[in-house]
Amino acid sequence: MSAIMTVKTDETKTETSTSEKYKLHAKNVSVFYGDFLAINNISMNIKPKSITAFIGPSGCGKSTFLRLFNRMNDYVDDFKMEGKIKIDDANIYGKKTQVEELRKEVGMVFQKPNPFPKSIFENVAYGLKIQGIKDKELIAQRVEKALVQADLWNEVKDNLNKSALALSGGQQQRLCIARTLAVEPSILLMDEPTSALDPISTAKIEELIYQLKQDYTIIIVTHNMQQASRISDYTAFFYMGELIEFDKTKKIFTNPEKKQTENYITGRFG
Amino acid sequence: MNNLKKNRYKDQAFKALGVLFTFFGILILAILIYNILRVGFTRINWDFLTGLPSRKPEQAGIYTAIIGTLDLMLLTIIFAIPIGVGAGIYLEEYSKKSRLSSLLEINISNLAGVPSIIYGLLGLGIFVRYFNFGGSILSGSLTLSLLILPIIIVATREAIKAVPPSLKEASFALGASKWQTIRSVVLPSSFGGITTGIILSLSRAIGETAPLIVVGAMAYVPFVPHSLFDTFSVLPMQIFNWTTRPQQGFAVAASAAIIILLLITFVMNGIAVYFRNKWQKKLQ
Repeated sequence: MSAIMTVKTDETKTETSTSEKYKLHAKNVSVFYGDFLAINNISMNIKPKSITAFIGPSGCGKSTFLRLFNRMNDYVDDFKMEGKIKIDDANIYGKKTQVEELRKEVGMVFQKPNPFPKSIFENVAYGLKIQGIKDKELIAQRVEKALVQADLWNEVKDNLNKSALALSGGQQQRLCIARTLAVEPSILLMDEPTSALDPISTAKIEELIYQLKQDYTIIIVTHNMQQASRISDYTAFFYMGELIEFDKTKKIFTNPEKKQTENYITGRFG
Repeated sequence: MNNLKKNRYKDQAFKALGVLFTFFGILILAILIYNILRVGFTRINWDFLTGLPSRKPEQAGIYTAIIGTLDLMLLTIIFAIPIGVGAGIYLEEYSKKSRLSSLLEINISNLAGVPSIIYGLLGLGIFVRYFNFGGSILSGSLTLSLLILPIIIVATREAIKAVPPSLKEASFALGASKWQTIRSVVLPSSFGGITTGIILSLSRAIGETAPLIVVGAMAYVPFVPHSLFDTFSVLPMQIFNWTTRPQQGFAVAASAAIIILLLITFVMNGIAVYFRNKWQKKLQ
């Protein structure tokens, strides 16, 4: 948290006070991969402790946009960004930004469960150990807390030294959530976290996401309309690299402003 | 229908041919090993293993050659592994794609195919003459290191490439730096592959004769090397020398030495297979 605050640049001071009630703030953001325009001039404000769903057909730029918030696109060749993204009023693409610090603040859960080929305990402790935390008791505490938060503790507490790869897909994904929570971020980015899971595991994870809203600002990319309408407070509809509509979820799903949004939600295209 | 039948015949003909070729290779190897065992096995005893080379075939031993081979391998490991693995990690994880890096890549692959005698001449020019290390075990091991470096680099890169990108992403997303990710995720996952590559490259180095002749390995060395600058002999040199002698006794001794060399190679390959299996099990 403090690290993010320290990366404030001069530009942030000119920002109006209205931005303070927003956790994430994107302004005129465009993304290029070489000559390809992946995101076209998108602005968006996201409130703290809310769930925002990104929906839209494949290739619409929603994942690319999501990955801007923890700078995971930095590894893509030819990636270029214009515009500004701020978290807690700090420009995360500023020259002084430390990407490692940013990612402790902005956790990410991926589409396919990707636990390390290590024990359950080591998976959750990973983020703490790379921060240089050596206190074994503290690590054990944080691991337990994260596993409880991710609703996995009761299932694994007797097998913490078992390989994480022996868990079921749904358990693995909850482990990945626990691994992210252990670092104690304030924002959670979720890139289709349930698309590789069966309905029961999906329901569990949705329930979990809903609970996590109390403490975290969550953005979730999903192809599942029902999921978006069930768990999110706000929904953003992306199409061809543009943000078509962004509003309260209830509004988007009952009375969207744009025809394109309605067509997509009702399944007429996409 | 007719076509289907024809395809099935072709299928079976190809299968039979494949079996034949496979057994052909194995058969040749079996004959070779049988012959060597038949001639040389009885010659192997403690005196042979601990004896010094001699003009009399009955008294000749391979102690200096075995120690020379092991010393040479040890030094080669010390020189080649850090440089080879380091270069592999750099090329795979750090170097940006540019014309220079693709030029490097092509040339490293090419180097893996350069005949070993060329490396011998390079070693002669650089280590023996320019650095004035002479025909020493240091020159020999540095030359062999050059020879196997491309193999280690390529193997390291392949092993690193096989690490799922999703694991690296997970590590980065948790706030790990590049080096932390390499150390905690990439290297443990590719350890088996890298080790396999290293041991296979050492298996190649252990059988090399040509480059060592050029840099001055001796066939007759009555003592084991005590310093980096001592002259040395290795098993392939000893075998090569013995097979050129007219006495029948040396042919027997050569066969016995070949058995020992094969044994060392098999053990090394066995270790490689062990690590590979262990690694695969861990990843699943």
